[in-house]
Amino acid sequence: MSQGLAVEARGLQRRFGDTMALDDVSFDVAPGELFGVIGPDGAGKTTLFRILVTLLLPDAGSARVLERDVVRDLWELRRRIGYMPGRFSLYPDLSVAENLGFYAALFDTTVAAARETIAPIWRQLEPFAGRRAGALSGGMKQKLALCCALVHRPEILLLDEPTTGVDAVSRREFWDLLGRLRAQGLPIVVSTPYMDEADLCDRVTLMQRGKLLVTDRPAEIGRRYPRPLLAVRGGSILGLLGILRRFPHAAAVWPFGAALHYTDARAGAAPEGVAAELRAYVASAGLGGVSVEPIAAGIEDAFMWHMAEEAA
Amino acid sequence: MAHGGRSRVSGPAIDARALTRRFGTFTAVDGISFQVERGEVFGFLGANGAGKTTAMRMLIGLLAPSSGSATVAGYDVASQAEQVRRRIGYMSQRFSLYEDLTVRENITLFGGIYGLSNRDIAERTGQILSRIGLQRAARELVREIPLGWKQQLAFCVALLHRPAVVFLDEPTGGVDPITRRRFWELIYEAGAEGTSVLVTTHYLDEAEYCNRISIMVDGAIAAMGTPSDVRRGLGAATLDEVFLRLTRPGAAV
Repeated sequence: MSQGLAVEARGLQRRFGDTMALDDVSFDVAPGELFGVIGPDGAGKTTLFRILVTLLLPDAGSARVLERDVVRDLWELRRRIGYMPGRFSLYPDLSVAENLGFYAALFDTTVAAARETIAPIWRQLEPFAGRRAGALSGGMKQKLALCCALVHRPEILLLDEPTTGVDAVSRREFWDLLGRLRAQGLPIVVSTPYMDEADLCDRVTLMQRGKLLVTDRPAEIGRRYPRPLLAVRGGSILGLLGILRRFPHAAAVWPFGAALHYTDARAGAAPEGVAAELRAYVASAGLGGVSVEPIAAGIEDAFMWHMAEEAA
Repeated sequence: MAHGGRSRVSGPAIDARALTRRFGTFTAVDGISFQVERGEVFGFLGANGAGKTTAMRMLIGLLAPSSGSATVAGYDVASQAEQVRRRIGYMSQRFSLYEDLTVRENITLFGGIYGLSNRDIAERTGQILSRIGLQRAARELVREIPLGWKQQLAFCVALLHRPAVVFLDEPTGGVDPITRRRFWELIYEAGAEGTSVLVTTHYLDEAEYCNRISIMVDGAIAAMGTPSDVRRGLGAATLDEVFLRLTRPGAAV
């Protein structure tokens, strides 16, 4: 048995009626690791988190958090876990400071005792200490929720979609805070539907329809992309999309910001050779000013590849 | 007429002039001016609290401007709000489909609300179901279908009465990357058919799909143009960088 894992999930299964919310989910989180669960709504992320924080029983399989069983040792675990649910669950009519004080009291501690742990977050919240939580911006609400999840100085943080619906800049600030907590050695499990946040984690798992598609370091997931991938730029995206999808060797073509990402169906084909073919093909279709370059796959490319494979 | 009419005039689909809204001493929208052309996909960006929702509520005739003016489909949003509402579609993140009705019943209900004839409703129902591949799920309750389908259905319902302009408030939140892209293909198609689209999103890669974008900061428009013009204008490589610089001037990139 491995020693000291922050999370150890084995064959977790949970069904709701006809829906298999979790289907044989197994993964580990190492001590001090920032671990991301990446997936869209309905992937099963919240079910997984609720089991890990002892709020829901699995139908089958087991999970240990901080080397304690989530079913047997729930009372001990609840004191040692910091959990931020996906839905904002603080008291909107209490001020920022009152919410924090309330959560500290629930855990039989004080805000002062947690000062050091919450310092980086509190610094950003302090100017709003007297404001009602309900009147905070989305980004600030999430920081307050994080602060409350930390106030009893937990040994692991489980954050369920802390950045959903928060603007791009506030999301970045929130991740900066997670980076600082990680530097203190706190293991963090965080879920998100935003693929670009995967790169900020030590390791991630990609989740879809109750299943883990792949679990690895983000860069490794990109490196393991199984086909040649090219970025195509120029002209009208919609026109280019139709033309590329008709190329005989096209496996997938999707818009990616200002570019299109083209995946070739031929595993092992040299990307430069595919690029040359594709340039000739686009030119023969009468499109000028189009650039085609081999690129490294990102998390979103990988997610879409695994999704399509799973569906096939 | 409740349907069939697009713009009254051949002018812009949206024309905002110094549009302003104050709440007490707080100016939520501070004299914004912009135009959206017919068939244009316009990305309406900004941080949380920048004033996007307030501006959108004025444009759809739900909130009166404090000063300035705007026309949508050629009608004034303050004095002709009813005319405006007949010519727009609206889809919010909390889209307004009825969970306890089937897919088909939802389309029929909204078609009736928009005053479409039974024949039109039947025809458009068929078109929608085949376009988004929902034929087999037509009799399922909306509650039972996946979020991505709900979003596409809500978008098609917002277009049911062939509005001149459709307003989309974070339409793609939370869905998987493939469904998100399918949704954008629907947006492109609507634009190509002449419907103007004003869309807000937190995904900056989606902003790249727009013909033009504006970025609101503290109630004002801080940047506007094609995505590449906006990037060039600020000497930024990505819209992420643009967004960060405009919304957090002090922050390190």
